[in-house]
Amino acid sequence: MGSPVSAADHSGAGQQQSEPMKRVQLLKLAHARSGDKGDAGNVGVIARRAEWYPIIAEALTAERVKEHFTGICHGPVERFELPNLWALNFLLHNTLGGGGTVSLKLDAQGKTLSSAMLRMEIEVPDDLDVM
Amino acid sequence: MKQMIRIAAGQGFWGDLLTAPIDQVTKGPIDYLVMDYLAEVTMSIMQKQKLKDPKLGYAKDLVATIDAIMPQLVGKGIRLITNGGGVNPESCRDAIVEVARRHGVSVKIGIVTGDNILDDLDALSAQGAELRNMENGEPGSSIRDRVLSANVYLGAAPIVEALRQGAQIIVTGRTTDTGLCLAPMIHEFGWSMDDWDRLAAGTIAGHIIECGAQSSGGNYMEDWRSVPDMANIGFPIIEATPGGEFVVTKHAGTGGRVSRGTVAEQCLYEIGNPNEYITPDVIADFTTIHLEDEGNDRVRVHGITGRPNTPFYKVSMSYADGYSAFATLTYAWPDAIDKARAADAILRARLQKLGLHFEEVLTEFVGYNACHGPLSEAANPDPQEVMMRVGVRGPDFKAVERFGKEIAPLILTGPPNVTGFAGGRPRPSEVVAYWPALIEKSRIDSRIRVEVTEV
Repeated sequence: MGSPVSAADHSGAGQQQSEPMKRVQLLKLAHARSGDKGDAGNVGVIARRAEWYPIIAEALTAERVKEHFTGICHGPVERFELPNLWALNFLLHNTLGGGGTVSLKLDAQGKTLSSAMLRMEIEVPDDLDVM
Repeated sequence: MKQMIRIAAGQGFWGDLLTAPIDQVTKGPIDYLVMDYLAEVTMSIMQKQKLKDPKLGYAKDLVATIDAIMPQLVGKGIRLITNGGGVNPESCRDAIVEVARRHGVSVKIGIVTGDNILDDLDALSAQGAELRNMENGEPGSSIRDRVLSANVYLGAAPIVEALRQGAQIIVTGRTTDTGLCLAPMIHEFGWSMDDWDRLAAGTIAGHIIECGAQSSGGNYMEDWRSVPDMANIGFPIIEATPGGEFVVTKHAGTGGRVSRGTVAEQCLYEIGNPNEYITPDVIADFTTIHLEDEGNDRVRVHGITGRPNTPFYKVSMSYADGYSAFATLTYAWPDAIDKARAADAILRARLQKLGLHFEEVLTEFVGYNACHGPLSEAANPDPQEVMMRVGVRGPDFKAVERFGKEIAPLILTGPPNVTGFAGGRPRPSEVVAYWPALIEKSRIDSRIRVEVTEV
């Protein structure tokens, strides 16, 4: 997908040295919905506030998401940006045990990958107003 | 031309809330009721039913639903569009004709056929249609002798034709979920079939309501506790306008919620590349969706653009792919997970000793790692109780059946504090696998039939 949105300039990117940071669970910053696309899981992640979209867009690289789903996602991770919905979409390939009807997994359709994603902890500016 | 039409979702899948379509036609004004019944696995189930009885093979629930709402449909002039015809729209139509006669009403019923290519696979193959698997590139011939169903995903155009011929109830086979919702907009507003932006708007409206209440407060994560009265959840309604802008809403007085968050979550459901959401009608661009939450369960959607459709239809084939069986046992504190793991090891050793071979044996521990895998193991290292869930899959029916006889013995011959074996031995069930492919529209279009019957 294209270059990061310009609003990323407000995220604190490049200021890590000077600005104190804290770790928060993605659940505090975003909500999500997931489902199946064959053997791939799709996870849509939506910022709870428009101004938090640049923060999640910067933190949730395909590499970071692949690492987060170690032992769950056995293929590549594709990442897509939907700034219009304050959202990112991820395709987690080779994740559902062969897909809907063949899979032996309890969650053969990847319905709970959404909240699994939101377990991730990311760094945000210390003064960010997170509940 | 009408300046606004209301299109209501009545079902998100075969098995959805049975009262939803009744609520949609009784609790407020609507012009169209659309009902999606077909998931990938559904077609193979319907095909099996049709093999046993040539008068079956459609969503029987649909006929009961139409029976329940026929007075409203006729009295209010609501038009119903559904793909619940499955692999037998003709018999579904005949059943609806019976319902109409019983109610003593006069109604035009349309059917769309031509999507079902099961009986023509060899002819299509002889003409050069390879039906290669979209995921692995293998030719469809490799599963030819195991195919259970084969259907083309048709778009909105045949439904538009049925509407033009005056059908009030339209029953199709495998039509895209989005096409059911797009068709009335094309019909009412006179949209041209190459007006890509408007077709994309109607398609995205269809995507937003195709899973029923999943856009009106169901399965909603942002703030689920605050969603009011989910027991009486209202299904979504599109207020469509000629320019392509639309509002997502629901009937007043129903439960649930329509908000920026509920609609945004559904926009992201089961999509791939958001720039190219491909249907037979159009390629819609989800990065152009703009949502304005107007409050009061109304979200305005605008700005959508689209691009020309492709020369292909998607084909969905299902085929027999062996057998599977599942078993569960529950272990209680102390050391619940250790005991469950030990039981799993004992079971696997016994299966090996019996010389049973499977393509896959999968063990998950519900309450520990079944949903979130290693992520939840770390968060909850010592669950108080855990359900061992073992699944096996393979081509040998007898091996899968034998697996089912190895579960109950674990209760008296394995780790302690175990319960939850009920309902008899796990039985093998047939695995139906799914084969997505593409086919040139030119091979299919001449087969498509629209037939309108007046009762």
